[in-house]
Amino acid sequence: MALLTCSNLNLGYDGTIVAEQLEFVVNSGDYLCIVGENGSGKSTLMKTILGLKNPISGSILFGDDLKRNEIGYLPQQTVVQKDFPASVKEIVLSGCLNSSGFNPFYTSAQKKKAQASMERMGILDLASSCYRELSGGQQQRVLLARALCATRKMLLLDEPVAGLDPKVTVEMYGLISSLNKDSGITVIMISHDISSILRYSSHILHVDRSQLFFGTTTDYLQSEVGAMFNGGVSQ
Amino acid sequence: MIDKLIDYLQYPFVIYALIVGILIAFCSSLLGVTLVLKRFSFIGDGLSHVAFGAVAIASVLKITNNTLLVLPITIICAILLLRTSKSTKIKGDAAIAMLSVGALGLGYLLMNIFSTSSNVTGDVCSTLFGATSILTLNSLDVWICIGLSVLVLVVFILFYNKIFAVTFDEDFALATGTNSNIYNLIIAITIALVIVLAMNLVGSLLISALVIFPALSAMRVFKSFKSVIICSACFSVFCAALGMIISILEGTPVGSTIVAMDILGFIIFWIIGLSRKGLAK
Ligand SMILES: Nc1ncnc2c1ncn2[C@@H]1O[C@H](COP(=O)(O)OP(=O)(O)OP(=O)(O)O)[C@@H](O)[C@H]1O
Ligand SMILES: [Mg+2]
Repeated sequence: MALLTCSNLNLGYDGTIVAEQLEFVVNSGDYLCIVGENGSGKSTLMKTILGLKNPISGSILFGDDLKRNEIGYLPQQTVVQKDFPASVKEIVLSGCLNSSGFNPFYTSAQKKKAQASMERMGILDLASSCYRELSGGQQQRVLLARALCATRKMLLLDEPVAGLDPKVTVEMYGLISSLNKDSGITVIMISHDISSILRYSSHILHVDRSQLFFGTTTDYLQSEVGAMFNGGVSQ
Repeated sequence: MIDKLIDYLQYPFVIYALIVGILIAFCSSLLGVTLVLKRFSFIGDGLSHVAFGAVAIASVLKITNNTLLVLPITIICAILLLRTSKSTKIKGDAAIAMLSVGALGLGYLLMNIFSTSSNVTGDVCSTLFGATSILTLNSLDVWICIGLSVLVLVVFILFYNKIFAVTFDEDFALATGTNSNIYNLIIAITIALVIVLAMNLVGSLLISALVIFPALSAMRVFKSFKSVIICSACFSVFCAALGMIISILEGTPVGSTIVAMDILGFIIFWIIGLSRKGLAK
């Protein structure tokens, strides 16, 4: 069975439909990119998959014994209150919480994992800094490190490279790709960066109120909508 | 002055009162940060009024140890308030206002109609603003207080990581498989515990001060969650001890003296925070 099966899915807020008739499957090891214009319902779809909101109708099934606490998530926006006192280390560690179970304290393995993700994101030297005093890009890296800590089988990223500088963007794509290829982590990513999408992803889901395309990246390039989207962006 | 204090400290009941006061101040400061950041402080306020209503009921029913009644009522209301505040923001606010004002009004009415005490106003006043002296606590009160404080501390330590995660980013916690509803519930119940505890010391109207001032003060100066919590606990204990000593020596009401110390402390921390910012620029 597939890791994630969405069938006949209608999404929206307060009964108003934002995206309708979504129909797709994600298998273990896939690298799925969700593309579409601003406001087409991509973030809404991700939140619905994560159980943060209910679909208007349709079903989302987890297969392959996938549990919610094996999923890592990077939100598009994290509204953190202005005065929130939290160090980078505390935030990254909180990503490990979903593997804690009833253990009230973090184990040394979890601390190592947090350390490693901070190192990967190049924020080790910021570990004891205050989160709210960091720059936007630095904050994004902290949240990515937290998402890495929470990931065991699947990683959902909502515009992960927004706000990152070019060097870190490249590293970021490399990192996600190696997680996908080497560690077998299934990736679902929302992005507007079409050239990187085509380079790294295995599958593409194109939404714009309804589902315009779902299939492999090679098929997408051949399809009408894919050619248009690709051409429209690169011109 | 010092002589007088040492004199007082000879009496075991003064020592007990200090211990109880310090424990209460310690416990109420622990959750303050979470309360402030989660915008739950109004729930704390609402609950303290509910607790007042419950005390009124207890005194009408002539229950000698009112904690046994007040605690469950406050916990139930904490759970209810948490539910309503989640569903829709505006409705939740109105529900809390209704509950808290209603409990306050009805509580006073009950005490007036049914009380056999000759000094109703005095009773009401001490429930609202704290007993004029916590030296009147009996030994059962002291033991209940110690028990509840230990409970609050243990719960806080056991759930510290979860409380942080749920306070910082509830959506992320929920999305990655942490059951935030349960931890919100635990937070609410602990708040109820703290409020019932603190009723004895500062009375129901002043409880919020004990919860909020240490957190807000520590947040002026410290930048990580852990350091803010440690600092607010120390702040709260220090202010409470100072307030109690002054009130014992000068005969001022305990609750308001402690709150006065908290305000003073807040101003000092605020200035420290400002000057740090100024230095950084
Ligand atoms: N909380 C909300 N309540 C009501 N409507 C919402 C809410 N959030 C988003 N919407 C609406 O749902 C639609 C889809 O929003 P969504 O955030 O899913 O878009 P998106 O595809 O992620 O766009 P972007 O590329 O800008 O991130 C938008 O029209 C938006 O106005
Ligand atoms: Mg979006």
